[in-house]
Amino acid sequence: MVNTLLLLLFCELLGEGLTLVLPIPIPGPVLGMFLLLAALVIRGKSYAQLDDTATSLLSHLSLLFVPAGVGVMVHFQRIGGEWFALGLALILSTLVTMVVTAWTMQLMLRLQRGRVLVHD
Amino acid sequence: MIDVFALLSQLQPAELDEVWVYLSRSPLLHLTATLAAYQLAYRIYRATNNNPLANPVAIAIVVLIAFLKLTGTPYETYFEGAKFVHFLLGPATVALAIPLYHQLPKLRSQWLPTLVAIVVGVMTAGGSAMVLAQFLGASPETVLSLAPKSTTAPVAMAISESIGGLASLTAVLVILTGILGAVFGTRLLDWLGIEDETVRGVAMGVTSHGIGTARAFQISGEMGAFSGLAMALSAGAASVLVPWLVQLS
Repeated sequence: MVNTLLLLLFCELLGEGLTLVLPIPIPGPVLGMFLLLAALVIRGKSYAQLDDTATSLLSHLSLLFVPAGVGVMVHFQRIGGEWFALGLALILSTLVTMVVTAWTMQLMLRLQRGRVLVHD
Repeated sequence: MIDVFALLSQLQPAELDEVWVYLSRSPLLHLTATLAAYQLAYRIYRATNNNPLANPVAIAIVVLIAFLKLTGTPYETYFEGAKFVHFLLGPATVALAIPLYHQLPKLRSQWLPTLVAIVVGVMTAGGSAMVLAQFLGASPETVLSLAPKSTTAPVAMAISESIGGLASLTAVLVILTGILGAVFGTRLLDWLGIEDETVRGVAMGVTSHGIGTARAFQISGEMGAFSGLAMALSAGAASVLVPWLVQLS
C-alpha cells in the first residue's frame, strides 16, 4: 500500500515537473498517468499490489470530485442570472457530444473491421 | 455512540457553542462531513439499485451545501478540511494507468477509431456548447467559460483563462457537465443501442471527464479504462482544439 502510493505520488510529481517545461497545458497528474503507463509497458507486467491499490482508489473516484463540486455554492448568483441559457446549453451539448462521439467511434470501428464493405 | 449523545445532552448550551466554534474551525469537521455526506449519498445510490439519477456526487454536493448554508460556513473554510480528499484526485488520475495497461491489447487493435472519436468529440463538445449558449443569449464571457466544459477541471480552467473566460465559472460548469453525463449517459447509450464497452467508455470520458469515468468504473473495468483514456487524451486535444474553435467563431 505504502509502496504503491509512493509510486503513484512519484509519477504525479514527475508529471508536475514536466508540465513546467512543456508548452501545452496538460495537467501533471495526466502526464503522470502516461509516465506510469510507459513504465508498466517497459516492465511488461503490472504489480499485484499496484492493481489492488488502484482498484480501491478508483472504485470511489466519485468521492474525490465532491469538494470541488461544493464550489457551485460560490457561483449561485452568477448562474442564477443566466440559468436558462446555461442549463439548456449544458444539457443539449452534453447529449449531442455523447451521441456524436459514440457514433463516430462505432462507425470507425465498423470501417476498420470492414463490415460496411461486406454487409452494405 | 449512545454514550456520546448522553455526554452531549449533559453539556450546557454555552459549552456546546464553544465545542462548535472549536470544531467548525478545525479541518477535521469538514473532512468528516465530506466523507459522511458521500457515504450517505452512496447508500442512497445503492438503495435505488445504482440508479444513475441518484448520482452520489450530486447528492453529496446538495447535502454538503445545505449543511454549510445552515451553519453559515463559507466555502473557503469548508475546503480547508475537504482539500485532503481533493488532493487524492492527483494520485487517482495517475492510477488510471493501471486499468488502461490491462486494456492495452484491446486499445492497440482499435487505436485509430478511438483517437478519431476523441478528436471529433472534443470539437463537438466545444462547438455545440458555444453555438447553443450564443443562440440562447448568454453573455460572451459565459460562452467562453462554457467552451472547455467537457475537459477535466484543471485543464478546462487553464483553457478558459487563455481564451478570456472565467476559470472559476468553468470549474463549476465542468462539474455540472460531468454529473449530467454520469446521470443520463448510460441510459442514452442504451437507447442508442450501443453495447460495445469501449465505445461507451470513450463517449463517457470525452463528454464527462472524471465524473463520467467514475460512473463508468461502476459499470465495468473495461468501460472505466476507456473512459479514463478518453478523458486524458481529450484533455490534451482540447487544449489545442478549443482555442482554435474560439478563433474560428
